[in-house]
Amino acid sequence: MSDDIRLHRRSDGQPKLRRFHQARWDEPVIFELSTPGARGILIPEVENDLAAAAGDVLATIPQGLRRKTPPRLPEISQVHVVRHYLRLSQETLGADLNIDVGQGTCTMKHSPKVNDQLARLPGIAELHPLQDDETVQGILEIYWRFEQILKEISGMDRFTFQPGAGSQAIYTNASIIRAYHSARGEAEQRDEIITTIFSHPSDAACPKVAGFKIITLYPDEDGYPDPQALRLAISERTAGLMITNPEDTGIFNPRIAEFVQMVHEAGGLCAYDQANANGILGITRAGDAGFDLCHFNLHKTFSTPHGCGGPAVGATGVRGDLARFLPVPVVEFDGQKVRLEYDRPESIGKIRQFYGAAPVVLRAYAWVMSLGADGLREVAEIAVLNNNYLLHKVRAIPGADAPYARGKRRIEQVRYSWEALCEETGVTTDDIGLRAADFGVHYWTSHHPYIVPEPLTLEPTESYSREDLDEYAAILHEVADEARTDPERVRTAPHNGPVHRVTEARYFEDPALWAVTWRAYLRKHAAKE
Amino acid sequence: MPQPKPVVYPTIPNSIPKVKAAMLQEVGAASTEEFYADVPEALRLRRPMDLPGPLLSEAALRRHVQEILGRNTTCEDFLSFLGAGCYQHYVPAVCDEINGRSEFLTAYAGEPYEDHGRFQALFEYCSMMGELLDMDVVNVPTYDGFQASATALRMACRLTGRRLVLLAGTLGRDRVSKIRDYCKPEIEVRLLPYDPATGKLDLDALRKALDDRAAAVYFENPSYLGFLEAQASEIAGLAHAGGAECVVGVDPISLGILAPPGDYGADIVCGDLQALGMHMQFGGGHAGFIATRDEERYVRQFPSRLFGVAPTRVPGEFGFGDVAYERTSFAVREQGNEWVGTAAGLWGITAGVYLALMGPQGFLEIGQGILQRSRYAARRLAEIPGVGAPLFDAPFFNEFVVRFDATGKTVAEIHQRLRARHIFGGKDLSREFPELGQSALYCFSEVHTQADIDRLASALQEALP
Repeated sequence: MSDDIRLHRRSDGQPKLRRFHQARWDEPVIFELSTPGARGILIPEVENDLAAAAGDVLATIPQGLRRKTPPRLPEISQVHVVRHYLRLSQETLGADLNIDVGQGTCTMKHSPKVNDQLARLPGIAELHPLQDDETVQGILEIYWRFEQILKEISGMDRFTFQPGAGSQAIYTNASIIRAYHSARGEAEQRDEIITTIFSHPSDAACPKVAGFKIITLYPDEDGYPDPQALRLAISERTAGLMITNPEDTGIFNPRIAEFVQMVHEAGGLCAYDQANANGILGITRAGDAGFDLCHFNLHKTFSTPHGCGGPAVGATGVRGDLARFLPVPVVEFDGQKVRLEYDRPESIGKIRQFYGAAPVVLRAYAWVMSLGADGLREVAEIAVLNNNYLLHKVRAIPGADAPYARGKRRIEQVRYSWEALCEETGVTTDDIGLRAADFGVHYWTSHHPYIVPEPLTLEPTESYSREDLDEYAAILHEVADEARTDPERVRTAPHNGPVHRVTEARYFEDPALWAVTWRAYLRKHAAKE
Repeated sequence: MPQPKPVVYPTIPNSIPKVKAAMLQEVGAASTEEFYADVPEALRLRRPMDLPGPLLSEAALRRHVQEILGRNTTCEDFLSFLGAGCYQHYVPAVCDEINGRSEFLTAYAGEPYEDHGRFQALFEYCSMMGELLDMDVVNVPTYDGFQASATALRMACRLTGRRLVLLAGTLGRDRVSKIRDYCKPEIEVRLLPYDPATGKLDLDALRKALDDRAAAVYFENPSYLGFLEAQASEIAGLAHAGGAECVVGVDPISLGILAPPGDYGADIVCGDLQALGMHMQFGGGHAGFIATRDEERYVRQFPSRLFGVAPTRVPGEFGFGDVAYERTSFAVREQGNEWVGTAAGLWGITAGVYLALMGPQGFLEIGQGILQRSRYAARRLAEIPGVGAPLFDAPFFNEFVVRFDATGKTVAEIHQRLRARHIFGGKDLSREFPELGQSALYCFSEVHTQADIDRLASALQEALP
């Protein structure tokens, strides 16, 4: 018998699945770490002279505005704060730790560390947004340069980086569409936005906030957006079309230009949600398909880290005349100086405080600069190659399927279905996802409602190697096998994670039981002595 | 001419030509072109994009970006008294350490199992904010304080079924702009007049405006213009008597010494987290919070995610999950409350770290220390001939309005002279609040020493003839 340890790590020439176990610290809720009198940080003291001159300042606070009892915050020494949060971080499966192809639609890709370092330099971290333009020429130049880059990538004419993520960008576009029709005296008449069910839920929810009625189109039998359905939805009430392409199925709408034209002919505007742009960088552009507005998620396509859900930027671009409606300020460059321009009488106004998340813009700029035009094209092509490679692998798993567009290729992601496996074993996609976590990977189904039965959405961006994709597919294969041989193991997952399954939904649905804060938890659930 | 050697990109593992070729072969494609069969030729970009770069080496990239950022002058280079919604507080090293942790920095939308730590950290953030605000329900952060106030007002409209919101006339004009845009088209937004001497809300005007269409009254403590609104409980009482919700915006760093707004009758409390452990980042450190009492009618109106605690299969484990998920757009698209999505999760975790480090004593000391500095500064500035400080005859916290009309100089002129002395003066209000003349909003915090404030006073004295 050989003592070569490596032999035990392979079977049939392939690596065995890793025997993963995530950190499980069994960490208490932070309030339980409190020791009265402990300090995590000390505050700069005031000078004696200053204190004497300032006098009894607390006495200047009007009656009723003075805090009566101190906040019941925990009191924790610094070493314990650090330890607690490090443990929580270890109980979080960051993208850096795993083959993160399982969070489809989220474009999980490598965020270069150098960009994080740059974003933390005092040259950006210690800038106040209201400094005189003269003193922030560097960061304004980054804004201006990155706007030029996005113009070329999209074919649009002007951008704003104010929106705080994709959804706020969609809202911004809806607000601009409203302003456009309002300027033409048609705001009341044009009160309908058309979207598709395989566009992000925010393509429906955000224009609703902006006052529009929402019409949602369903695809044809083969999963393609249906021009006939669009034709029926369009009327003199149409304000605009707000859609993703490729949709969350990974299917590119080959008649997109026709869609845009139909809406234009009816007097509407077309907004392109480019959340799924990763596979088409340098391949096709929003402007060339005739779109009037678009947005990119810099935290997705442009590599900035997702940060547990932000900070982020939904870079929002418009064509031609619509620039007059963009939020204030816009960035102008006269060949000598960059400045913030506020004098925009038709602007929709403010979307966000100041100018959006500058460190996100900086990282995205650095990412594009590191790749150039050829590199961005390579990003797209490898992302698409990876996706079709994984599609090939997943299709080979009994019980898995990729509905729609039979015999066709996909762009950057695929929405799969476990319908057959579920019918056979009773194991659902939610079960499979929690079991996949036992092997150290994320797994995302889709937004509700589940149009594709028992859905699974995988988006293998350019950041993953062939071996990574093989490993992910092998995990899915293993879990599918388990669904047949040991379904209970799958249904009771996760087993190797930081915690086990919550089985009683009533704790999240019943107002008498739910607890959004620790104080509410104690009030509702503390055992009576 | 020999073909240039293909670049193998460090961030694109499969850019190795042999690997790419093998994968294409395995899926039966001649080239990546096949994958784009659905993209019509008319829409294909058949030329290379015209982009700068590439700066392929990390070394070259770093040098390039550093060179550009070197054109900035920071608030570490100059002494700054800017505030007006973005604040220079000391950022504890632990805050940067934790939000730089790769696990938190790169996580996104996993389940409460493999991302247990993310859920717990955000639940704890909400819980500690709940203590600071004395409220039982706090959301997972929204984009910023502007969005928090705009959403709080929409929540009030849904709660009451009414469509008019009344705003204190001293709100920052950018916030008013945001609220107006966000309330269009169905909600009317009205600014209420204020007392020019004290900044206080005009209660008579409020009484008149509070008809049966009014969903909410919104004011801030401390106000955008720095003064404290001493009539807070009267305003809340009037709002309630009129059937409206009382919505209050608050700077959380003041709450070690200032009363949580629920004490004086606020129903919905909102604000921005940037002061709690985020660097200013040219306005990139913002995140918004919204808090209410734990009443179902309020909880059902939140658009944001709310994380709750539940037992798991194993006794003694804290499990987490989404509370009342069906109210969100993730669950029911346009039938949900507004929308939910990526916003500012990392800043929520960071604010939690800050709250844990500070504890009750830290908040008391920082509140008191800021107030001492700003009171001292007001005394020093008031000694300068022609300088009116503070403009309003009212108590204040970290900021106050300084009026320069009597100096015969504009704020712009004075601040230019301050910059020559390596000082950033406060926010120029002359365009935003023309009725205040040549005024500026000066801000003080625990980062300022007595010498800093004295330096400001003498620089101003020198800047004025």
